Amino acid sequence: MRYSPEPEMDNLVVGIGGMTIPQTRNVGLPLMRLIRLEGIPILQQLHLEEQLLRTSSDNWCIINDGTNIPSIVMGISGKPAELLDIDLVLRDQVPVIKRNAEIGMFTGGGTVTVDHGTIFVTFICNRDAVPGLQLYPRPIMSWSSQLYSRVFQRFGDFHLRENDYVFGNRKFGGNAQSITKNRWIHHTSFLWDYEVRNMAYLKLPKRAPEYRLARDHLEFICPMKDYMPRSVFIDKTVDAISTEFSVYSEQTDPFKISSNFEPSTRLLTRQELEEVASQPESPVSQSLSL
Amino acid sequence: MASRLASRAASYLRIQVTHRGFASVVKDLNYANSHEWVKVDGKSATIGITDHAQDHLGDVVYVELPEVGVAVKQGEGFGAVESVKATSDVYSPVSGKVVEVNEELNSSPGLLFLYQVNSSPYEKGWIIKVEINDSGELKNLMDSDKYTKFCEEEDAH
Repeated sequence: MRYSPEPEMDNLVVGIGGMTIPQTRNVGLPLMRLIRLEGIPILQQLHLEEQLLRTSSDNWCIINDGTNIPSIVMGISGKPAELLDIDLVLRDQVPVIKRNAEIGMFTGGGTVTVDHGTIFVTFICNRDAVPGLQLYPRPIMSWSSQLYSRVFQRFGDFHLRENDYVFGNRKFGGNAQSITKNRWIHHTSFLWDYEVRNMAYLKLPKRAPEYRLARDHLEFICPMKDYMPRSVFIDKTVDAISTEFSVYSEQTDPFKISSNFEPSTRLLTRQELEEVASQPESPVSQSLSL
Repeated sequence: MASRLASRAASYLRIQVTHRGFASVVKDLNYANSHEWVKVDGKSATIGITDHAQDHLGDVVYVELPEVGVAVKQGEGFGAVESVKATSDVYSPVSGKVVEVNEELNSSPGLLFLYQVNSSPYEKGWIIKVEINDSGELKNLMDSDKYTKFCEEEDAH
């Protein structure tokens, strides 16, 4: 007769809203708490992520399948005048989210438009979550690209090219990261599909990856839907995570937690955008524009 | 390139430089395990990120500076450095009050990255100056030899 031991009910993890979660030991794999969202506004997602980065001591994965309001997300050093077609943005009243300008800021990364065709996958991890990982941008991206190569194996010629995820030389995923002493967050926006008119809000950036070779947006990116179905991508991502972590799917609504945490990511006001639109471009940025 | 610049920095600061194969470490500075350096002169401290840090972060495009007058505490964040695709918090190696911030850092028109932080992390790339309120805290930091070893151990992974 073979004896199979019961899974050990180790430390109890205090979950969202005080609910305790048994942490079953799974061959010593660290716990990762998975939140699956659909169509959540990107600003709300970013606030949740910031809160989890700063106030939780657990590892998290957040998957947001599409966002319901097309929006623009800018990095902290992003200057709206240089990166956006402000008149178009104002005309269409597109929300512009700026990753912070205060101390305690959130992720870097470039400027992207996001909409219901965007799938977001974010990892928020402790220093020891991935054994031996140095908390710098390149090692973290190297780890994440290895995870995604398992996802895209046999579906396409997947690479990490400079800081983007590409099939061949076309970008389908952009990354942003934030690193603190003991935690890090790696956030990817995957272009499963996109609306051409949303791309019109973005100007060609001054600072572009070398492999872009001055291609305009539509020549430079490709939609993931040409390679794999949406649900397959999400399922395979969860599978890939499960080889390194013991995944626990959160059942409680993460937005129902009351908290005193003040996120730093915010919407630019219409007034701020109008002020930018009314200023002439500086001679320097004119000479450098592509 | 890093060691050539470090030598120039050294002659300016009149200190010795340990030449390593890669990231340079400047003698007579103190170091935190979060890769910031501090140069202490009586009650005055100058703080920046080390060559090891700038090398690992990549091209720095922006530095989030605190306001003059704010208090800082040893081991606590006071700002952040944004490089391509990542924002990294910076931590103060000493406690005290910010008396000066390096406004030059974010005001280089026409440059796509902050030349100072990457090319001159110990000199032009300084980030804040602090009036320290507890010199005893310096014992919690590493000297150049210990920091060199610390980096070697980190990079060995």
